[in-house]
Amino acid sequence: MTLDTVKHAEQTAEAEQPWKELGLKEDEYARIREILGRRPTGAELAMYSVMWSEHCSYKSSKVHLKQFGEKVPDNDAMLVGIGENAGVVDVGQGYAVTFKVESHNHPSYIEPYQGAATGVGGIVRDILAMGARPVAVVDPLRFGAADHPDTKRVLPGVVAGIGGYGNCLGLPNIGGEVVFDPCYQGNPLVNAGCIGVMKHEDIHLAKASGTGNKVILYGARTGGDGIGGVSVLASETFESTGPAKRPAVQVGDPFQEKLLIECTLEIFGEKLVAGIQDLGGAGLSCATSELASAGSGGMRVDLDTVPLRDSSLSPEEILMSESQERMCAVVEPDKVDRFMEICEKWDVIATVIGEVTEGERLEIFWHGEQIVDVPPRTVAHEGPVYHRPFARPSWQDALQADDANKLARPANSAELKEQILKLVASPNQASKAWITDQYDRFVQGNTILAQPEDAGMVRVDEESNLGVAMATDGNGRYAKLDPYAGAQLALAESYRNVAASGAKPLAISNCLNFGSPEDPDVMWQFAEATRGLADGCLQLGTPVTGGNVSLYNQTGETAIHPTPVVAVLGVIDDVTRRTPIAFKEEGQLLYLLGETHEEFGGSAWSQVVHDHLGGLPPKVDLERERLLAEILISASRDGMIDAAHDLSDGGLIQAVVESCLRGGVGARLVVPDTLSTGGSATGDAFTFLLSESAGRAVVSVPRSEELRFTDMCGARGLPVTRIGVVDGDAVEVQGQFQLSLEELRTAHTGTIPELFA
Amino acid sequence: MARVVVDVMLKPEILDPQGQAVQRALPRLGFQGISDVRQGKRFELEVDGPVDEAALARIHEMAETFLANTVIEDFVVKVEESEDSEPAVGAK
Repeated sequence: MTLDTVKHAEQTAEAEQPWKELGLKEDEYARIREILGRRPTGAELAMYSVMWSEHCSYKSSKVHLKQFGEKVPDNDAMLVGIGENAGVVDVGQGYAVTFKVESHNHPSYIEPYQGAATGVGGIVRDILAMGARPVAVVDPLRFGAADHPDTKRVLPGVVAGIGGYGNCLGLPNIGGEVVFDPCYQGNPLVNAGCIGVMKHEDIHLAKASGTGNKVILYGARTGGDGIGGVSVLASETFESTGPAKRPAVQVGDPFQEKLLIECTLEIFGEKLVAGIQDLGGAGLSCATSELASAGSGGMRVDLDTVPLRDSSLSPEEILMSESQERMCAVVEPDKVDRFMEICEKWDVIATVIGEVTEGERLEIFWHGEQIVDVPPRTVAHEGPVYHRPFARPSWQDALQADDANKLARPANSAELKEQILKLVASPNQASKAWITDQYDRFVQGNTILAQPEDAGMVRVDEESNLGVAMATDGNGRYAKLDPYAGAQLALAESYRNVAASGAKPLAISNCLNFGSPEDPDVMWQFAEATRGLADGCLQLGTPVTGGNVSLYNQTGETAIHPTPVVAVLGVIDDVTRRTPIAFKEEGQLLYLLGETHEEFGGSAWSQVVHDHLGGLPPKVDLERERLLAEILISASRDGMIDAAHDLSDGGLIQAVVESCLRGGVGARLVVPDTLSTGGSATGDAFTFLLSESAGRAVVSVPRSEELRFTDMCGARGLPVTRIGVVDGDAVEVQGQFQLSLEELRTAHTGTIPELFA
Repeated sequence: MARVVVDVMLKPEILDPQGQAVQRALPRLGFQGISDVRQGKRFELEVDGPVDEAALARIHEMAETFLANTVIEDFVVKVEESEDSEPAVGAK
């Protein structure tokens, strides 16, 4: 085969090219020809096709994501915003924290173990590339029906992959979620988040500046992994019956990644890099074009110097390879030797593959012949932008009219008890300990809180006890009923979870998982959800630091529920003041904060008991969320509460059961005569126990603090209701029923092992 | 009794961290001259009854669905001739 050089392309202007097979549309191909003023070479076509794919270019979502940069709340904490590998926030005492969530959905469906493992590896490198030491990971997961045979293939593989990779790296896994719903059957969601810590002065950015600076590729050798993975895997819907077009799945090596982390941190420590970028989706195509377009000059790369695992790879394949555990750095010439020494010490292969040039072109050579000559911005940032049509789905009204509040309710106490027992044992509400126990949650010795706590928390400074907390949430059922409100509820729940742990919410990241953008229904959901999230963040004062979009999560015509996952990062000055969820001391008083309304749309109860999804999700009141958070944080700081648990899916009873089981002690609850419902009181046990009204939490208050606590709530206008006492070895709802802790524990902890162990 | 052997190897383009670890260890231990190592696994199946086409089809299916992860691995099925005489005693 002759090499398709730039010269060759000029001479053979009319040669047929496989742009269609590479996922490009006709007008996109035409635009590439226009940009270059000739046909692209094979290597250029590979780069454009992969960088202009949905996954890399955000071409369908960009116009909506702009809002996150426009509706920015005043917030001093933000150090680096959207557009870099990950956002960075100031957490005080000279520390900065970077965090991000990314999806690895499609690869994890094809090959659960490696898909999930490389998802962890990818997000960790993103964090590392900002200059930070990765300190913790979290994993929000969504699977199909818990009892479906394919879930039994996917879930154990995903969990083992996350555990396998994360545990080998020595990173604690401190949170995330596991949710089952038939809508995720052919499209499980494997999102991976990571938190990194650094000092302010250590922030690094992805840019290539300074003519003559060397471009160094270091880490693993390049092989045939995931060639075209980004464009094919992430941008095309799976054909359920199609032939097995099995792509080369990436396989990760966590021990190599560990070396890469330590090596990179030592290089940062000696201030040897001018710019740095990790290699993830789109591999070298992405790293070279992004580094070059962010800097002031151009870049020249000699592709034949890239160390290979498989010597038969073509230049196009090398550019597209997604081999894991690689990084790309820009280094001043006089620092290259020291850079190489450090890499050698860590047994990491490093190679100078090019240099920063004058001019504004990205030029790539293969054994001296030029195969790429492009303006890098056109590859990395000036891809197509689509204003996809969107319209409110025709079925949305009918769905919302199918009111869950009208579903048959338990007729008597015995039935209520039976339904509650069924609820706490249902796969979504059951204990996920079987899963999270496979993750190392305490390695490094800085974990303060981890699953099943409301938020994960790690200590950042061992002297001052400064810490950070993170929670991830996203209820697809709520978002299906109302994507605008659903996104805000995801934000509110995550925010509330962080506050319940005692930390002050600072900023958010998101991972937006949706169906096909070519479907106007789905695009409407996406538009509504992003608008809701942007408005919500503006109101709560928590800026969006970055995020990730995963589209085409659908099989045939059926899209997943819109699933915007929101990760809120919070800071706590003294981790010894954190609030756990466990009720511990008998005699402590239980208070319900917030108002309870009859709100069953999208609720766990409607799913478990009636297999129903309809009506409206709980009402959003972000001012109330902010007030609730302030109370929870103040109470934690001043030692007024010993436990707090946010109320979300499953309502009050779910939270109480979890807090009781966590602490190994019972609770006696009294249904208040008048619930604080702002007027529409029903006062009945069913609503009290199972409604999913937002903006609520349950707290355990020592008797000595009762007055101080209720005074504070009263003074600040937060409705607060005394609902019972920590006591005994059963959860008792007076006048209704009693469930022994043993009975609850068996029900709550038995389900997941029975399905998957 | 016949023995069927299923050899499973990672596909050539897939990274093999175990093989790489072995390769890196070799020169350290004084074994020179090995430029690459790939590690696989071997299944030895003792088959009841004759190894006819049906049995082989069954083993093929077994390999495809269970013994090998065909997303990342290839496999080869080989029939080993049965030894009618006494089983050979391995030299100890």
